[in-house]
Amino acid sequence: MKLKLALMGAVAASALALPVLADRGTDGNVTILYWQPVSIMNPYLSGGTKDIEAASLVLEPLARFDDGGILVPYLAAEIPTVQNGGISEDLTTITWKIAPGLLWSDGTAVTAADVVFTWAYCTAEGGGCAQGSKFAGVTAVEAVDDLTVKVTFEGPTPYPYTAFVGGQSPIIQAAQFADCMGAAAPTCTDANNMPIGTGPFTVTTFLPNDVVTFAANPNYRDASKPAFATVTLKGGGDAAAAGRAVLETGEVDYAWNLQLAPDVIDGMMAAGMGTVVSAFGSNVERIEMNLTDPSADLPEGERSTTMHPHPFLSDARVREALSIAIDRQTLVDVGYGPAGQPTCNLVPAPAIYASDNTACLTQDLPRAMALLEEAGFTDADGDGVRENADGVRLSVLYQTTTNAVRQDVQALVKDWWEQIGVEVELRNIDAGVFFGGDAASPDTFQKFYADVEMFTNNFEGNDPQAYMANYLCDLIPRPETQWQGENTNRFCEPAYDAMVAQLAAERDPAMRGSLVQQLNDMLTKDSNVIVPLIYRGRVSGHANTLGGVVLNAWDSELWNIADWYRIDG
Amino acid sequence: MLTFTLRRCLTAIPTLLFIAFVIFIILEAAPGDPLADQPLTIPAYVREQMRAALGLDQAWYIRFYLWLYQFFVVEPCTLWGYLSGWTAEASRATCGDRVVSWQFRSPVMDIIVQRMPQTLWVVGMAYVVGVLIAIPIGIISAVRQYSVTDQVGNFVSMIGFSFPTFFTGNLLIVIFAVQLGWLPSIYDTQLRVTDWATFGQQLRQMAMPVAVLALFNASQISRYMRAAMLDNLTQDYVRTARAKGMTERVVVLRHVLRNSMIPVVTVIALGVPTVFGGAIITEQVFKVNGLGQLLIVAIHSNDLPMVQTLTFMFAVLIVLFNLIADIMYGILDPRIRYD
Repeated sequence: MKLKLALMGAVAASALALPVLADRGTDGNVTILYWQPVSIMNPYLSGGTKDIEAASLVLEPLARFDDGGILVPYLAAEIPTVQNGGISEDLTTITWKIAPGLLWSDGTAVTAADVVFTWAYCTAEGGGCAQGSKFAGVTAVEAVDDLTVKVTFEGPTPYPYTAFVGGQSPIIQAAQFADCMGAAAPTCTDANNMPIGTGPFTVTTFLPNDVVTFAANPNYRDASKPAFATVTLKGGGDAAAAGRAVLETGEVDYAWNLQLAPDVIDGMMAAGMGTVVSAFGSNVERIEMNLTDPSADLPEGERSTTMHPHPFLSDARVREALSIAIDRQTLVDVGYGPAGQPTCNLVPAPAIYASDNTACLTQDLPRAMALLEEAGFTDADGDGVRENADGVRLSVLYQTTTNAVRQDVQALVKDWWEQIGVEVELRNIDAGVFFGGDAASPDTFQKFYADVEMFTNNFEGNDPQAYMANYLCDLIPRPETQWQGENTNRFCEPAYDAMVAQLAAERDPAMRGSLVQQLNDMLTKDSNVIVPLIYRGRVSGHANTLGGVVLNAWDSELWNIADWYRIDG
Repeated sequence: MLTFTLRRCLTAIPTLLFIAFVIFIILEAAPGDPLADQPLTIPAYVREQMRAALGLDQAWYIRFYLWLYQFFVVEPCTLWGYLSGWTAEASRATCGDRVVSWQFRSPVMDIIVQRMPQTLWVVGMAYVVGVLIAIPIGIISAVRQYSVTDQVGNFVSMIGFSFPTFFTGNLLIVIFAVQLGWLPSIYDTQLRVTDWATFGQQLRQMAMPVAVLALFNASQISRYMRAAMLDNLTQDYVRTARAKGMTERVVVLRHVLRNSMIPVVTVIALGVPTVFGGAIITEQVFKVNGLGQLLIVAIHSNDLPMVQTLTFMFAVLIVLFNLIADIMYGILDPRIRYD
């Protein structure tokens, strides 16, 4: 009896034994597919998402945003704040302490000199650093000692987490990039394509626009990670082929950015080999109203400038009518599925900045028509298109990029606007031309030779200060600035500019949240100059045998690849 | 013949320079910006600095001259240095700056050389297979004109010619990769053939792209073969050969085929440059990532140095193979004499 009890106890105890934790390199290879292939592994020479995400396997910043948008330390020992003395009382300096014992993948120690070098690299003359704006306002970066870096700003900076924070601003090794400063940056092919980093993997081969292979970093700070010994990051094809490869044929374990219609994804998921995950950051697909006249009758240089206000979009009632005529839920159901949510806010997240703004989510065609009547636009001649007493017709040219989902959205919006008596002409332009800054091209989104245009924009990290500052009077694209500038609506309100300046000086987080909400409302709820449609999330697919994936919309999607493992069985 | 060849080579030089100039002007005039695919969060002043770093602040004629100098002087010098075993720094010091891609920020020729193997393997193999399939089909179609075999051959030719490769490619993927799971849909450019297992894997991953392209090539060449054979089958010497008592097999394969091959060989030779151009669509569909995919991605990204260098190289190959085709025509057909 005692023996039986003892044996049963032994069996029970063995069942309770801890599962064997995966050790470094025990799970073999993981294959990732980015249908936009990786061109270069240096985030300072290319701002492209795919390049930054591939580099995030190797290069790491001092701190990064997790999937909730919260700042977490990576190479830093902790996040500096005013409370712990990391940020000075007058908000002009921030002091980062590097975690002790960190090594580069070649075995040398990570020191503050590497951080100082990173700043010098990106701000060097002639380098054309793609992340130059991360160091805007930084006057000095100095190494106080081997593991302490002090960053000094030109004035009080309430939000100092820009330099060296996030996937766009990782620390590079001073020894490797020493000869690559300024104009010499593109000549260092080996450094640009196979950087030495502190991340969980090192680059073993790099074929541009084709495939990158990685191996586990022997000097990674956590000895039991990463679980995978090698990574293959393959590029090429399109979103549909990527979806097929991860969900139907099982040839890859992870596929990035499955921009497909919901019914297509559902069809692929039926094979049961993979799952689609989505995460929401700050991407908002919106319709921007042109407050100036884009008419082709105006001479070049005056068209779409503040010299000529728009004949009917200058009237807030017309803009509101156009906004509430749209049924955003239908747009999400048709084009985005789980990857989209209807929204009325320019800044949908983090929660502290999201305004309570849901009035536009209900489609209200009668009220839209009443608003147009009130603004003086009636259909006197019965042709289905409203005009006012001066003969101004409600005729809208609606442009966006060439993309199947966007064309579907355009068709639906056109239908609703025609129901309220607005004539709509649709246009789509190749993304390379639309987003290019070619001053000679009439089709760029800055030139805005149309009445309304639709695209997606977002802000990096979790603070929207720079994003709200895009709509200052000074940043209107015009001939004097070679049509460069972020304020495509040509929105100009002194009260807005003043509030942005107030935000830049405000240190209290709750007050900052309130200011951003007010700025957001000024552009959306109160004036409908920007008509947000869909809060877009990232959508990616992974195999059911891949564990540990946490999709992060605030930083690189591969941010926690050190925690990925293979699920057996 | 020699004077003819020399004359053609000499006239090729101004032709090629003119072609390079036209390509450059077209690319300059085309709308688009190399920074278009950079996220909108990068502000305007940073973009200006990035453009200056690419060399876009110089006038077009300066950039054209720089490209000519880099392509015709620096690149051959670097190749010579590579073959002689110089270090990278010594190469740069002696020869100067090479043509650098705006997307990759690394030398264009290095990437082209990296991409050659998969293009030559897949597209080259497809061309060879296509030719090998087309010739027998063309012969049989001509000899048994209007028979069932001929009709079937014509029909398959029409299909192969009319169906675009993105349709046939995706169709094959859905059937063989998704439904049956026999063949991979992603081409692994890193696969090294070391033993029978990896050789089998290479054959399996090449099967679908080669099939798609071979069908397309075969349908064109088989039509030429058939037409050339039909032309010759009605000639008097064929009747003479039959009258002399030769078997049909000897008549067709020894006499008619050889004469019919003359135009067909020239057509095949003219088609070889397209192998280097890669099959743009097929490479995208199967993720073969060869020269065709490189060209299309470079065009989308407005990577002018890459597009300029690639298209100029294709132009050189086309001019060269035109010359080769003409010379071969002269060699094969004793009636043709150039002077």
